[in-house]
Formats: sequence, C-alpha cells, structure tokens
Amino acid sequence: MLEVENVVARYGAIEALKGVSIRVGAGEIVTIIGANGAGKSTLLMTICGDPRAASGRIRFDGREITRMATYDIVRLGIAQAPEGRRIFPRMTVLENLMMGAVPSGGAYFAEDVERVFTLFPRLRERQNQRGGTLSGGEQQMLCIGRALMARPRLLLMDEPSLGIAPILVRQIFEAIVALNRERGLPILLVEQNAYQALKIAHRGYVLASGRVVMQGTGRELLADPEIRAAYLEGGH
Amino acid sequence: MAYFLQQLINGVALGMVYGLIAIGYSMVYGIIGMINFAHGEIYMIGAFVSIIAFTLLGMLGISWAPLALVLVLIVAILVTSLYGWTVERIAYRPLRGSFRLAPLISAIGMSIFLQTYVQIAQGAKIKPLQPVVTGGFVFTDPTGFTVTISWIQILIIVLTLVLMAGFTWVITRTPLGRAQRACQQDLKMAALCGVDVDRTISTTFVIGAALAAVAGLMATLYYGVIDFFIGFLAGVKAFTAAVLGGIGSIPGAMLGGLVLGLAEAFWSGYFSIEYKDVAAFTILVVVLIFLPTGILGKPEIEKV
Repeated sequence: MLEVENVVARYGAIEALKGVSIRVGAGEIVTIIGANGAGKSTLLMTICGDPRAASGRIRFDGREITRMATYDIVRLGIAQAPEGRRIFPRMTVLENLMMGAVPSGGAYFAEDVERVFTLFPRLRERQNQRGGTLSGGEQQMLCIGRALMARPRLLLMDEPSLGIAPILVRQIFEAIVALNRERGLPILLVEQNAYQALKIAHRGYVLASGRVVMQGTGRELLADPEIRAAYLEGGH
Repeated sequence: MAYFLQQLINGVALGMVYGLIAIGYSMVYGIIGMINFAHGEIYMIGAFVSIIAFTLLGMLGISWAPLALVLVLIVAILVTSLYGWTVERIAYRPLRGSFRLAPLISAIGMSIFLQTYVQIAQGAKIKPLQPVVTGGFVFTDPTGFTVTISWIQILIIVLTLVLMAGFTWVITRTPLGRAQRACQQDLKMAALCGVDVDRTISTTFVIGAALAAVAGLMATLYYGVIDFFIGFLAGVKAFTAAVLGGIGSIPGAMLGGLVLGLAEAFWSGYFSIEYKDVAAFTILVVVLIFLPTGILGKPEIEKV
C-alpha cells in the first residue's frame, strides 16, 4: 500500500530523516514510536510532500508520489490528522468537516458527516461552534473526523493522545481500532504513548535520531526488554 | 447641517474607493503574510485600462453611458485581473519559501516597474476623461445651502455595496471562499485537506485586482484625470486603511477605508484641504497606539 524507501528529509540544514524505510500493508495498523525529535512527525509530513524528500522514494499503491505536490498526494487518498491537530480556528466544526471533504469533492457529505457524528457524538452537539473554542479532546475528535471526511485509503495520525484526558484517549484508541476493523482502513499511527499504540498495532517501527532502529510486530516490540526500558517504563 | 451632510457624502464615496483597494492588500496579507506593494499600481492600471476602453468605445461610436460603463467595467476587470495574476506568477510565486523579505523587495520592484512601464507606454502627461456621467441630485435647505449627490457618487456607493454583498457571499458560503479562509487560517493544513493552495493564492490576487480595477474606474470617473503616478498615494492610503481596519480582515479593510475617507473629507471641509493627508495618517497613528491590531484585527496569537 505505502512504501517508504530510504527517505532523507531536511528542514533547512537539519537532516530530520536519515534514510528511513517503512511499509504499510493493506488493512494494517502500523505504529511509529520514538522519543521527541526522532523524526516521527517529519516522516508523516514527508509522506504528504511537505517537506519533499531530499532523496529516496515514496510509493502509494504502486505509484510514485515522492515529487508530487501535497494537495495532489492528498487527493490520491492519503489523509492526515496532523501534529497539533491544526483545526481551522475561525471555522465552525461543520466547516472544518467540509474542508476535510475537499478531496472527495463533497459528493458524500451528508452520509460521511453522519458517520463522523456517530463515531464522535460530541461533535454533533458542537457542530456550529468555532473550532478554536473546542476543548483539546474535542479538537482531536474533529481532527480525526476531518481526515475521515476525505474517504481516505490510508490514514496518517500524529499523536492523537497528546494533551487529552485519559478517558478520551481510550475512546480515541477504540475509534482507531474500529475504523481499521470495520472499514479495513490502513492506519499509520505516530505515538508517544507507546504502550497503547503497540497494543493495537499489527506492526511497529522504532525511530531514533531520524533512523529506524528496530521493527517488529506490536507484540514483539511490547515484549522487547530494550523497548520496555526506553519507551514503556511508567507509561500506561 | 447641509455642509456636514455634503462632507459625509463625499467622505463615504471616497472611503469606498479606498476600501475596495484596501481589500486587495488585506486578502493577500491574510493568506501569504506579505504586503503587495505593487497593488497601488494595479489600481492605476485599472484606471488606465478604463480610460483606454472609454476612448475605444468612443471610436466605435458607443456613447450611451450605461452601456459604455458596463463594457468598460468588464474590460477593466478582465485586463487588470490578468495583471494581478501575472504579477503573482512571475514576481512572488518563485520566491515562496524564500526568506520573508524577498517577496517584499520583489513587490517594490514590481511597483516601480509597472509605474515606469505605464509612464513609457502611455506618456507622463495627465490623461483627462470627458465626463461620462454628469449631474445628480441637488437639495437646498432653508438657509440656502445646497447638498449635491452626483450620479457618480451614487454609482460608487451602490456598486461597492453590491460588490461587497456578493463578495461576502462568496467568502462565507461557497467552496472557493472556504478554501480561501482555510488557506488564510492555516496554509499547511489547507494543503493537507487537498486544497490547491497555489491556485487559491492566484485567485486571491485576481479578486484583489478585480476590486482595484473597479476602484480605478470609479476614481477615473470621479476625478476625471489620471496619470501614471496615482497608484502611489492611493496605494499608501489604501494600505493605511487596511492596517487601520485590521490587516487580514476584509470587513476591516472596508471599514478602514470609510474611516479614512470620512476623515479626509471632514478635515478638508472644516479645516484645510492641504493637510488632509496629515489628518488621515494621524488617525492611523492614534488608532495603532490604542488598538495595535487595528479596529477589527485579531491578535496574532490564537488559542491552541
């Protein structure tokens, strides 16, 4: 489905990815864990073409997307719920969802909005409120909902658990699993909450200083003593 | 009272012209965070295209004012928009992602280029326009003072109001407007939503230029004379209006234009016409001291 091969990405002089290779298969949840600054968010953004990969190749569905513009990549069916949620603050919840529907041309809008509201009932109550006035958890739901409005064939999620209440974290992780099981949606999930992420993931990669330092199934990585020491201690 | 009313009418008409130009500054700033210093020149080109179009229509024998006005309006909007689009394409887009001052310098260069180009192509002399629309309503109050609303003033006010209504509808209700607002609020995220940001930015320049073209036509009709240099002062004034209203805000641009137009008209009417620009810029300074983000501007920091 998605193949990232030896990708190097730079922000100015800083080399954030130093030859990363990962793969997401059909119907898989793949997680990327690693410390702050390991390059996790950069990897997701590079897949979307911003920044463009300085070298290496990215293929989606067998098609090379390495040099494509962000909006063209997105229109192929890659949606992202990005770092920091990036809700349009002065647009209503409904308008934010309309923006999410841009790649699908808005043809299934009513149906898709209904599905998002079923998944996150809180958004229905808040639909005419401005995005900037929502709580962190609500913004996260909106962020995921907006990505789903695109009818993606691959969903990239960056830290969906960051800065929200534990009860909401569980709800969001449940939603992720449900999306994957019910619709067969492949998900590439970047998480600091490594324990939760590895528990639901089919496979995982560990990123450190812009390199993949370990990979395996979710269960293998969870059981690995090094990973336990580095990323899981005290974290539940 | 009559005198006051007269200044009010003059001020509103002038303010709307400023407002139309100011929207172009404000929209561009809102979306890519640069001041398009060539925008005053776009307005000047709108005025020149209008005069040329009137002359051509005259040669073709079309002299019925309403028809001539509509045709000139269409031609001015089309040609001027093309200029706006081209300026963005060749002078700003290649510099996107470069350091912040680069497009600004390029804009100043573009401004000088366009001014010089019109000066060479059209000559440096003042260009007069035979009055196209004359007359208006004259009211006389019991004390003998008269208040005049010319047809041109009515045209300016009505056309601006109609344009604003249409424009507001586009921005708030259509997919194009939503894409526009999305780019303004978060360019990166808009791209991640599949919005063609380059095209949206181009559209912004085209809309701004179209509004400036209308302002150029109106000013030509109103004053009856233009030259290659009119874009400078009008540009500075409209930029002031945009800052006054809160740069990035479209209603703010219109409001800023009105405040500025009224200030100039009243100052000219009651104090001295020589110092009207001093009055206009004094207001800018005072407003910015007390409201640094302008009248309707939003602070840069958003709740995250």
